[in-house]
Amino acid sequence: MPEAKTTTFIDEICAIPGGEDIRVCIQCGTCTASCPNADRMEHTPSHLIAMARAGMRDEVLSSNGMWLCLSCYLCVVRCPRDIKITRLMHVLESLSARAGLNSRRTTTPIMYKGFNKYITNTGRISELWMMVGYYFRTGLLKAIGMLPVALSLFTHRRVSLKIDKMKPEGIKQLQAIIEKAESSGGAR
Amino acid sequence: MTHYPYYPGCGLSPEGFGRAFDWSIKGVNKVLGLDFKEIPDWNCCGTVPYDTLHEEASFAICARNLALAEKMGGDLVAPCSSCYVFLSRTNQYLAQYSKVKKSVDEALAAGGLEYHGKVKVRKVLDVYVHDVGFDAIASKVKKNLAGLKVACYYGCQEVRPIFGRDHPENPKYMDKLVKALGADAVNFPFKSACCGGSLIISEEDASLELIKKLLDSAVSNGAEVMVTGCPLCQLNVDAYQSMVNRKYKTDYHLPVLFFTQLMGVAFGLDEKELGLKTSIVPAKKALAKFI
Repeated sequence: MPEAKTTTFIDEICAIPGGEDIRVCIQCGTCTASCPNADRMEHTPSHLIAMARAGMRDEVLSSNGMWLCLSCYLCVVRCPRDIKITRLMHVLESLSARAGLNSRRTTTPIMYKGFNKYITNTGRISELWMMVGYYFRTGLLKAIGMLPVALSLFTHRRVSLKIDKMKPEGIKQLQAIIEKAESSGGAR
Repeated sequence: MTHYPYYPGCGLSPEGFGRAFDWSIKGVNKVLGLDFKEIPDWNCCGTVPYDTLHEEASFAICARNLALAEKMGGDLVAPCSSCYVFLSRTNQYLAQYSKVKKSVDEALAAGGLEYHGKVKVRKVLDVYVHDVGFDAIASKVKKNLAGLKVACYYGCQEVRPIFGRDHPENPKYMDKLVKALGADAVNFPFKSACCGGSLIISEEDASLELIKKLLDSAVSNGAEVMVTGCPLCQLNVDAYQSMVNRKYKTDYHLPVLFFTQLMGVAFGLDEKELGLKTSIVPAKKALAKFI
């Protein structure tokens, strides 16, 4: 973890593998033009890059922009500078969550948190329980609109109440791996 | 018989929403003489949520699966596009960044494992097309699917960002596979466009709009059925089709199958074995001539 006072925002981004690509952007806008969700973002991918390089840390990290990234990788295959923009968006999400600045105008961080809880606890995802948890945290009214879809998934045997778990020794091994990676700060 | 370590991932696990993909892969493999051997006690790849919120551990949890597969030998097959991207990416970053390698090695050691970077990660479609081949597949066809109009939906991550198998925006190898079964692959300009992925949950409006564009494109080009090789694409276009119809006052009833289910139909496999009834938009009418 870099010391916030002595490092710039760009240094913070570059410390995470894949983040260093931000330095070579030529602001051509191909990523933004390719992005299926750009029109819903407060700041588009190329804007976020320009803002980050101008040191606008809080504005970037509190934007909803990166949380709307669909990971479709269209920007990545088109970028003339070979920037892994999807990874860069994930890096911004990581820094945003760490700084406690994540946008309130998207519930994607809440969904991701619920998802990760399953990975760490059982080693695998239960779509059904993850979604139930998500709607509890974000508003049950929305869940009512989802009921027909949920019901059709049930009647077609697409979701189960049962959770597919790893074996206890496998979970223990996975948790030891996660704990070691997190305590050493990963690849930073 | 060729053996491959098999990583079903959460979507294709026995309780997963894409379980019919797993069933149909196993059915088709029997016909093609392939053996996918499940990696014992695999864990979730973590996909985007782990990459964003637990970035320190995201490579290490993928590497655990790779280390287990390495012990088995052979290429790892990951049917789910997101699993495929995250496992492949772990290989790339381990080779490219010494600090990722060091962190992953230490983390794996804490679990008594090691990984030497020898596992190639592949998709089912890639294995069928390149290791089995179109001619061998065509030779197994018992019910020629002549006249069936199919939209081949690759989705994003079947062809992006990992290069080399096909064009990243205009891939053709699923179209060729469908033709080997006797069916027609219709022109489908949105074949590698995004379905919204997991953001269907948190950004429903944005994702429904993307799904509608896929349906518009496929149906206006005459498709009677859509096939895909990604469990999340299948789920989104199938299960949320009724929501698209409600929201946009459309009347789409396009069945969305896994390409392996269509292969199974052409190979004359039992519809139960292929899990055809797990599709929410029924495929019975479109496939009536063949099942």
